[in-house]
Amino acid sequence: MGSKRQFRIWRGDETGGDLKDYTVEVNEGEVVLDVIHRLQATEAPDLACRWNCKAGKCGSCSMEINGKPRLGCMTRMSTFEESETVTVTPLRTFPVIRDLVTDVSFNYEKARETPAFAPPADVAPGDYRMQQVDVERSQEFRKCIECFLCQNVCHVIRDHEENKPAFSGPRFFIRAAELDMHPLDARTDRREYAQSDMGLGFCNITKCCTEVCPEHIKITDNGIIPMKERVVDRRYDPLVWLGNKIFRRGQVPQTSATSGHSSGAVTSGGAHGGAHAHSGGTHSHGGVHSHAGGSHDSAAERQAQQGVNWHREVPHPTAPAVDANGKLPLTELTFNRAAAPSPSGDDVTFPLPPEHLNFAHPQQDEPKH
Amino acid sequence: MTETRIERHHYDVVVIGAGGAGLRAAIEARLAGKKTAIISKSLFGKAHTVMAEGGAAAAMGNVNSRDNWQVHFRDTMRGGKFLNNFRMAELHAKEAPQRIWELETYGALFDRTKDGKISQRNFGGHEYPRLAHVGDRTGLELIRTLQQKIVSLQQEDKQEFGSYDARIRVFSETTITELLLDGDRVAGAFGYYRESGEFILFEAPAVVLATGGVGRSYKVTSNSWEYTGDGHALALRAGATLINMEFLQFHPTGMVWPPSVKGILVTESVRGDGGVLKNSEGKRFMFDYVPDVFRKQYAETEEEADRWYTDPDNNRRPPELLPRDEVARAINSEVKEGRGTPAGGVYLDIASRKSAEEIRRRLPSMYHQFKELADVDITKEPMEVGPTCHYVMGGVEVDPDSGAAYGTVRGLYAAGEVSGGMHGSNRLGGNSLSDLLVFGKRAGGHAATYTDQLTSRPAVSVAAVEAAVETALAPLQRDTGESPYQLQQDLQAVMGDLVGIIRREGELADAMRRLAELRERVAKVSAVGDRRYNPGWHLALDLRNMLVVSECTAMAALERQESRGGHTREDYPAMDPKWRRVNLVCSLDGDTVRLTHKPLPKMRPELIGLFDRAELAKYLTDEELAEFDALTEEANTDGK
Repeated sequence: MGSKRQFRIWRGDETGGDLKDYTVEVNEGEVVLDVIHRLQATEAPDLACRWNCKAGKCGSCSMEINGKPRLGCMTRMSTFEESETVTVTPLRTFPVIRDLVTDVSFNYEKARETPAFAPPADVAPGDYRMQQVDVERSQEFRKCIECFLCQNVCHVIRDHEENKPAFSGPRFFIRAAELDMHPLDARTDRREYAQSDMGLGFCNITKCCTEVCPEHIKITDNGIIPMKERVVDRRYDPLVWLGNKIFRRGQVPQTSATSGHSSGAVTSGGAHGGAHAHSGGTHSHGGVHSHAGGSHDSAAERQAQQGVNWHREVPHPTAPAVDANGKLPLTELTFNRAAAPSPSGDDVTFPLPPEHLNFAHPQQDEPKH
Repeated sequence: MTETRIERHHYDVVVIGAGGAGLRAAIEARLAGKKTAIISKSLFGKAHTVMAEGGAAAAMGNVNSRDNWQVHFRDTMRGGKFLNNFRMAELHAKEAPQRIWELETYGALFDRTKDGKISQRNFGGHEYPRLAHVGDRTGLELIRTLQQKIVSLQQEDKQEFGSYDARIRVFSETTITELLLDGDRVAGAFGYYRESGEFILFEAPAVVLATGGVGRSYKVTSNSWEYTGDGHALALRAGATLINMEFLQFHPTGMVWPPSVKGILVTESVRGDGGVLKNSEGKRFMFDYVPDVFRKQYAETEEEADRWYTDPDNNRRPPELLPRDEVARAINSEVKEGRGTPAGGVYLDIASRKSAEEIRRRLPSMYHQFKELADVDITKEPMEVGPTCHYVMGGVEVDPDSGAAYGTVRGLYAAGEVSGGMHGSNRLGGNSLSDLLVFGKRAGGHAATYTDQLTSRPAVSVAAVEAAVETALAPLQRDTGESPYQLQQDLQAVMGDLVGIIRREGELADAMRRLAELRERVAKVSAVGDRRYNPGWHLALDLRNMLVVSECTAMAALERQESRGGHTREDYPAMDPKWRRVNLVCSLDGDTVRLTHKPLPKMRPELIGLFDRAELAKYLTDEELAEFDALTEEANTDGK
């Protein structure tokens, strides 16, 4: 009942490697991980691959199958054509150790940097009281099996090693969201911390993480967006800017753009009587969005620098249009397409020509001497 | 002198295993101020504990206030057919609630009751709703919570000492191959990083084993690859003893089709919600397998059984809900008599019994498990299920209060599935998660105390390290031996066919012979490739552990001439009160497994007084019953 199928599997280590062709027997009902195991037991006993439970519960066998980040144990062979060659490669975002095994320590470092649950000071063990409806929101995020597929697919770091230090990634945004929504967590600054220290602002909600999540956690809708919504009254965020651009372009009275320099120093809302915002790119720590900042070509960068008129006067940045509750009117539901919008505006394509790069100097409005 | 590079570390307590028991032990050792290492065979947070679905049993009395530790203790002893170490069952029942509540202070979010307490669910063998749970992913919640607690301790250390790893460090993807001794004292542990193949040596006066079970010696198992009996074997080689190795729990309903999911559990709730077992002839066969002792509680006709689901007070339970061991045996004999499915199981049918909508509502995770893993729609077609090796009751013989291993070694502790005694001959669902919290904490705490009492630090001998290096490298240096994968398959075949659910003297003796042959072959195993993340080499090193543990199981199974819990002898089908008083103890004499009889500790009067005489009569010898009668009489006279 078995049939011979074609596989291409990446073999190698950090010094390099190649796709190797294998012809291997596949039986009815098998998944990709079964095929890997068969190869190990036959012609490739040293083929390296992580796995544990084989039931989609531990999140160990993450790999890229025909370019898609998947769990090997959850990818049935019946989803491929009989004649199709199945290509299996290691996760691209993390350094290769050997074959399909990558160094995922990035994620464990980020886990250690995420502040832990803070138990309420005056509640004894056994006296915790919470309603089911209140714990359910956090429980959704606690379903996470830490397969790190969301981290792997996130384009903020997928091909941008340089963003890794400042960006914790979707897995840890939902950890922050989980603690933020925990009925008894004693810390009150989870969102601000996510924004200032975890790089929440880097996320431009393309929802790739949600798409690959084997636990079907609504990472973007239920985790990241609510966190963003709640920090926007106080800080610049692409979403704010976008909401403004799409819905109320030109209709909003401009508030003053103050010098919320990208130091993360702005901590409290309301001090200046409203929201602060900058224009599109000025908040960046460099390489904000991978879509935009992806050039590794130094010549192109030099040329870009020459082409920028740093003294050009640009329109005032605008504050977001908020509703009566001080919340953004934008929801994913009202948007006219399936994916999330580009925070830079849908009429913008990348790379931007250098002459379109803008910089609004914080003091550009102050009277010149 | 060896030229091999070995990374050296000094710790106070080394915990081998990063599942629930290991993490809880490490937390305790670190809280006691000890410098603690956690050795994890896979990545941190992937341990087999994540697979536990049902919940953690603890008599908190949140759902039924009549529940208390005495009731839990009674249920546990009954479940284990009175072979449990009573002191462990007592400590477990008493301390489980505190351990669960403690998890909430670490950030765990259990499902809630209406008044906001931790919700508790019913489960086989538990008199009251007792299992704290989070949907059907309780194990994941447990491991994540403990993992995050360790991170939180590391954050404290970072603040105090400037390094996350100052006092507690996780060595992920690291396997320990040898424990090193100084005389009879533990001096350290030797192993390798799976990623690089580099060797690593821990010098530590105390080691806690928390390595889980042995399921990979069986072909059909719900256990992950890590379950190769490492802790059992390390303990044996260090001079400790194992007990109850003949008792393995086979869960009656594992998936058998498709092959990719073979062994994965189908929860008991499918049967609780109306699912029935049928053979290939379409017959609901469980009615033919109700043993006499259960005859009174179980329905005799399909009509009565079906009425039970809606009216349990006036009807008897369907026989599909017999204890795990009975159902497993029934399925096994249907298959053996040729009435099984093509994949070698039986049908578990809920599709014809409930509406599709109801199935999806009541059994969401099972619906998804079959849909996503097997492409089977359980609302339309029956599942194919069969017994799967699930849990080993046997393990390291320990002091019940401290978790310190018996035998000749000092400084060695064990907790969780790798330790023995707590569950007797059969474990109740839900008792393993609470077991690993209760005894994880105890083992970690006592290991810490032990290091305080030492006047001198045991030293690791160079010769022992060199021997360990040589043993570890041997499979890579040989190219004449067999493939480790082939040897594992052969071992699985011996254990599955001859030391499986139903055992016979002849087959067990045959198993002993074949295991002896395998021992020769395993000694000559060879692995191709180099030391970097080489799964063939890793398996080659795990094989000798699987082999020695399998020998213990086969030998003890041959010796115990009765059927009890997770040990069924076709030639001795009944329970024998004389055998209840005996633990079979395995130890190593050189390379050879030695088996001795050891009397079970006697239950304290106030504990045995919790049971009815009628119930005890099923388990105890006449002599023990007379003693019990004398006790009750004494109590009555005292009362007057």
